[in-house]
Amino acid sequence: MTKACRVNDMVIRFANVNGTGSASANDLFSKAIFRMGIPLSSKNVFPSNIQGLPTWYEVRINENGFLGYCDGVDIMVAVNPQSFTRDVASVNKGGYFVYDSTKKLHPDLIREDIHYIGIPMMQLCMENYETPRQHQLFKNIVYVGALAALLRVELEVIRQIIHELFSKKEKLIPPNVKALELGANYALEHYSEPLNVKVERRDNIKDKILIDGNSATALGAIYAGATVGAWYPITPSTSVISAFEKYCKRLRVDAETGKNKFAIIQAEDELAAIGMVIGANWNGARAFTSTSGAGISLMSEFLGLAYFAEIPLVLVNVQRGGPSTGMPTRTQQSDILICAYASHGDTKQVLLFPSTPADCFEMTAMAFDLADRLQTPVIVMSDLDLGMNNHVSPPLKWDDKRQYDLGKVLNKEQLEHMEDYGRYLDVDDDGICYRTLPGTHPTKGAFFTRGTSRDEHAKYTEDAATYVRNGERLQKKWQTTKRYVPGPAFHQPKSEHALGVVYFGTSNYSTLEAVDSLARQGIHFDVMQVKAFPFNDDVKNFFEAHEQVFVVEQNRDAQFRSLLINELGLLPNRVLSALNFDGMPITAAHILKQIIKQLPEMKPAGVNL
Amino acid sequence: MTYIKSKIRHPKQPKNSIGYVKADYEGALSTLCAGCGHDSISAAIIEACYEMSIEPHRLAKVSGIGCSSKTPTYFLGNSHGFNSVHGRMPSITTGANMANRDLIYLGVSGDGDTASIGLGQFCHVIRRNLNMTYIVMNNGCYGLTKGQDSATADFGSVNKSGTENPFPAIDLAGLALELGATFVARSFSGDKTQLIPLIKAAMSHRGFAFLDVISPCVTFNNNMGSTKSYEYVRDHIPATAAHEFVPQEEEILISYPGGSNTSVRLHDGSSIQLHKLNANWNPIDRNTAVNRLQQAKINGEILTGLLFVDKDSRDLHEVINSVDQPLNSLRKELLCPGTSALNKINDGLR
Ligand SMILES: Cc1ncc(C[n+]2csc(CCOP(=O)(O)OP(=O)(O)O)c2C)c(N)n1
Ligand code: SF4
Ligand SMILES: [Mg+2]
Repeated sequence: MTKACRVNDMVIRFANVNGTGSASANDLFSKAIFRMGIPLSSKNVFPSNIQGLPTWYEVRINENGFLGYCDGVDIMVAVNPQSFTRDVASVNKGGYFVYDSTKKLHPDLIREDIHYIGIPMMQLCMENYETPRQHQLFKNIVYVGALAALLRVELEVIRQIIHELFSKKEKLIPPNVKALELGANYALEHYSEPLNVKVERRDNIKDKILIDGNSATALGAIYAGATVGAWYPITPSTSVISAFEKYCKRLRVDAETGKNKFAIIQAEDELAAIGMVIGANWNGARAFTSTSGAGISLMSEFLGLAYFAEIPLVLVNVQRGGPSTGMPTRTQQSDILICAYASHGDTKQVLLFPSTPADCFEMTAMAFDLADRLQTPVIVMSDLDLGMNNHVSPPLKWDDKRQYDLGKVLNKEQLEHMEDYGRYLDVDDDGICYRTLPGTHPTKGAFFTRGTSRDEHAKYTEDAATYVRNGERLQKKWQTTKRYVPGPAFHQPKSEHALGVVYFGTSNYSTLEAVDSLARQGIHFDVMQVKAFPFNDDVKNFFEAHEQVFVVEQNRDAQFRSLLINELGLLPNRVLSALNFDGMPITAAHILKQIIKQLPEMKPAGVNL
Repeated sequence: MTYIKSKIRHPKQPKNSIGYVKADYEGALSTLCAGCGHDSISAAIIEACYEMSIEPHRLAKVSGIGCSSKTPTYFLGNSHGFNSVHGRMPSITTGANMANRDLIYLGVSGDGDTASIGLGQFCHVIRRNLNMTYIVMNNGCYGLTKGQDSATADFGSVNKSGTENPFPAIDLAGLALELGATFVARSFSGDKTQLIPLIKAAMSHRGFAFLDVISPCVTFNNNMGSTKSYEYVRDHIPATAAHEFVPQEEEILISYPGGSNTSVRLHDGSSIQLHKLNANWNPIDRNTAVNRLQQAKINGEILTGLLFVDKDSRDLHEVINSVDQPLNSLRKELLCPGTSALNKINDGLR
């Protein structure tokens, strides 16, 4: 076993039982690493269950900022005997297994190639705390203390965070600090020899923040002026609305009257939720909903109505493992096609693909402007990994000079001077027509909104030519949409290689890590991040400029690839895939392996497949 | 095809108190079958709005899908309307109302739209006491899809193809009472004198006002053996009371010979005056309403009139404590917390 010590580069996995208070202890540990200026990412791997089943919390620490999920564990903190067998097996050779040594480990769990660090967590708690509930809660802090001491995390940083956490319940500070120290002291006394991994203070965080995507999404909605939120509970999107409510209570209560400048309705199902959002937007308020999985299927009929009747709306889809109830607490990017073409008939929906919490904030705010400008649904395609895990993110940014783009809405004065108002008249030749809101003018501008075919003056018609004219105008609007949605980002000033990689959403870290590692082996790629659908010409040009392009995505059927080929008319054999759909975020190793497998002639010596 | 009626105005046409003539409340020419009950309800809505002097643009019409849900095209042509999707009118109206609490919301639905595909949304909009008027044009069948039995078709009622309905009916008025609706009435498309005051009272009620209006489908459900035919309804229709709607500024003048009179003052100061036909019934007591309805069912009667009203109910905006101004009128300055608040949030996340 090597004794060379790796600094700020490791994976730690905590194996817990859900419902035992371990989540806040694990967050405490992550926050301490973050405060020491070291980049990290954390993933909650949790069951669809409330209490008693195994959960894992995984922290990747990497001072170079490669923060994608990765297989293999350097340090396992195993607090759940139920999963011991699996947990022992997942430790990397030479890694550490930290466990509660109150009870002796079963001999079957002993591997020769890893280290064992026993901390009598329960025993320490029984000696120092009274109630069973306390024993359970402080046990979590004991292992944080022990792990911190072993990895040389600055204890003072953790003490400080404990003080902040309990600033309103000061009584809880001393017992928590005590538990921390119990763990730390025990570890230092009994395991004085340094481990082969450790952390060291850096200055690599700068002004970044630690936030989950769903909170950032909620803040984006608040900053964009959303006043109506309607929803139906479903993991992993629920926390979008809970965060919206939390921040609204802080930021949106009228100081004088104590009344709310927002309306949040927990609907009876997702159909009602999106119906409410359509009703509110039709009536001129910015409204949104968020959902996942089955909720998207249920919203399909209404998405078609909003597309065809041209009503703005913002829908946040925090994707999870499908199909059906699928893997409700695991991540995927598998709603691409159902969202892009949501609803029966010829429909196309605008999609945005955030990669970081800062994107969630910005793209959600942008979604409201786009929806109002384009008078159509805009779907923000987040996922469980982004939405529910904490990420190191650039700070959220807002420019006070920024105005809301409410699009083409006629006011009373404009209507007053208008000879002939037609809701679906393409006055500006961009496919986008002028809306009016109920209650604007006593005699002008009223029209009937409907999901049936209608003429330019919103009158019902079954006339074929009128129907076709309307359909073609909607196509023109789709072309206009390309000018408004964000274009792709390129990771190189200009394309210079024959091979390309395309990613979107949360495949960001792992894709870049894989590309970096391939480059070090002499295989070079140009990289493009797609941020929105419809795809503009820059996206198309990237494909034309490369012989072969890999599309990285987290679903089984290469849905994004299909969308690209279909919309851009690409030659299928030039578009390859690197896929993962096991419900865990895609790893760099996995991408690497799939790329190399499909490029046999380029396989570098020494790479094992 | 929809035909637009010519809007020629006769100088002598009477005007209501805000200067509008009846034609200002009309819509496009109806394309429903001649004699369809739904057209009579549209006419009653026009009459009620004209007489109440509602500014047409301060009212929004919302409907689902069906012959009944088409009717908003045929009344109040100067009001915005929204013909949404099948069974989902309540959610659209809920969102619209959340965006602008200052408008009057008139929801129109059918028995298929409400009692089958839309039953869930119907129940929940009642629970929330959304401030709206909800009219079901109830013909016991799916008119637009050619006459299949609906969930309000009575047990044993015979449809046009001669089949007896083997399932019990959902009584929407009873269900609404059970779920806590704060205004429940039933009427008949053929009884204008009762329907118009009930529509007015429903629109004056703050909170959820439900009107179940029996409205025969002449094409598919007006045959012998149908319990929703004109003939059957006329023969089986007792009423709770004779109704008169009294606007807020008018004095109550009406009085009926015999029986007992009650007046219920509504939220906006107007009142509905009832000449009660049954001494054991009290329109502000939910229990007597439930009992009377049940009794009528046992007697094979279609009880019409105002069944129940709770005039002091709290509507959804009060429950969620939203600001008095319409949310859609709040501008960026009132909604966006600005950079300094965001910087504070960022700091809290470090
Ligand atoms: C999701 C969906 N399913 C089915 C239909 C077909 N459909 C149109 S109207 C209707 C029934 C309408 O019945 P009702 O609400 O009683 O209205 P009526 O025509 O009797 O006035 C149905 C089933 C539809 N429009 N949408
Ligand atoms: S089919 Fe029936 S409900 Fe429809 S318009 Fe004709 S009569 Fe009326
Ligand atoms: Mg019907």
